[in-house]
Amino acid sequence: MADGGSSGLRITITTLLALIFAIAPLPDVMNQAKPPLLLLLVIYWSLSAPRIAGLMFAWMCGFAIDVVKGPLFGQHAVAYLLIAYLTHKFQLRMRIFPIYHQTLTVFMLLALYEFVVFWIDGIIGPAVTGWMRWVPVITGTLLWPLLVAVLDTWNRARR
Amino acid sequence: MVTLSSDSRPIIGHGPALGARFFFLAIASIALMVADHRGGYMEVTRSWLQTAVNPLYVVVQVPGQFWGWLTGSFSDRSRLRTENAQLNDELRTARVKLLRFDALTEENRRLRAIRNASQGMGERTLIAEIVRVDVDPYRHRVRINKGSQDGVFKGQPVLDAFGIVGQVTRVDEIGAEIILISDNEHATPVQVNRNGIRSIAVGTGDIHRLNLPFLTIESDVKPDDLLVSSGLDGIFPAGYPVATITKVERDPSATFAVVEARPLAQLDRAREVLLLWVDPSTQPAPPAPAVKPARPAPSTAPASPPPTTASPATTEPTSAPEASDEPTTPPPP
Repeated sequence: MADGGSSGLRITITTLLALIFAIAPLPDVMNQAKPPLLLLLVIYWSLSAPRIAGLMFAWMCGFAIDVVKGPLFGQHAVAYLLIAYLTHKFQLRMRIFPIYHQTLTVFMLLALYEFVVFWIDGIIGPAVTGWMRWVPVITGTLLWPLLVAVLDTWNRARR
Repeated sequence: MVTLSSDSRPIIGHGPALGARFFFLAIASIALMVADHRGGYMEVTRSWLQTAVNPLYVVVQVPGQFWGWLTGSFSDRSRLRTENAQLNDELRTARVKLLRFDALTEENRRLRAIRNASQGMGERTLIAEIVRVDVDPYRHRVRINKGSQDGVFKGQPVLDAFGIVGQVTRVDEIGAEIILISDNEHATPVQVNRNGIRSIAVGTGDIHRLNLPFLTIESDVKPDDLLVSSGLDGIFPAGYPVATITKVERDPSATFAVVEARPLAQLDRAREVLLLWVDPSTQPAPPAPAVKPARPAPSTAPASPPPTTASPATTEPTSAPEASDEPTTPPPP
């Protein structure tokens, strides 16, 4: 694993950027449609570098989101963990899916994530039930092929 | 297709199995959630972690601050001059008003001393700036740049120039989180300024709308009535403007009227807010435990109070509002 270190560096950089993106204020409408970039990265790195980006990594990412946004510690952490678990479980299959198939899978993962967060919201208090809540699932899905293209190019160049 | 970037070694057979790791971490996070939500054991940890992630907030601020600096340094002289003149004018009128207000305050205090009323005016304020970070689009919470270093505490009332903005929910060393009155987990005890009818204004999640669910159809409210804080929660001092009634719908077959109000504070536009310290000796003890927060701490009353809580709010309007122990402070001009 000669390039393990550089891969770890890439993971750190992209994670930090995604975290900054998560708290960056955008205009109001865009704010609600902001794709869950960090979650997409967790899925990507779980597929691309499963030994570095394990379940613990996903949990830490979710916990970071809890710290900066969440009303409750552990809410996003457990949702991230579940998504990472499913990704790891099906990684051998997901990695060889054609891109449209993979995007569809990511769509389902994002919808599941949003549902878990929504569910926990509903347990701890009155949850927001607007349809706008599900827009990040769509934007995140649309972002996936782009993200894969960019990061794959970067990974290949740095291999 | 995602390329396998770093490691091509088999991933099976190292460490505990995937399912076991998932199980342990899931148990850990559920324990964390319970500890945070039920027990509230995480306050200190949260404040430390919030302080630790502050560099991220600073990084996010940079583009906006740069833009502000840029427009500030390139705005032309004549505009600055007109702005200056306008501000001077406003300051002059405000000073005149303040003179009158000072006299009134003094008189009020004397009268209160005579009546031996406990409601006081001894207050200290501090201006805090809203940090432009996106906390969560579905929760009306904002971060400010003043924390426990400046003496900010949990449950502190926050105002702007037009009315009540919200209250502090979390504090760390250099920042704090405010819940706005429009958040759907927040409820503000209010009274109609015109006749003293008391009720609770519940946030709706819409920044321009509050809901008053506990007003009966006979209660005397009408559009454009001013709602001021009633001070019954022991958090917001009495007499600060909160909202104006926008809609009253009376369905004869229903018990409660549909009453909506619009917050007066500029919840979506304010850059600076005012933190308020109410002198504890002059603040009355919270009279009714019914309106004390349970554990969504941000709410000054549970968003959907149990029947026992609802009854005072619904029955009291019919009783005489000028009960002798009821402090009715005029709102500040």
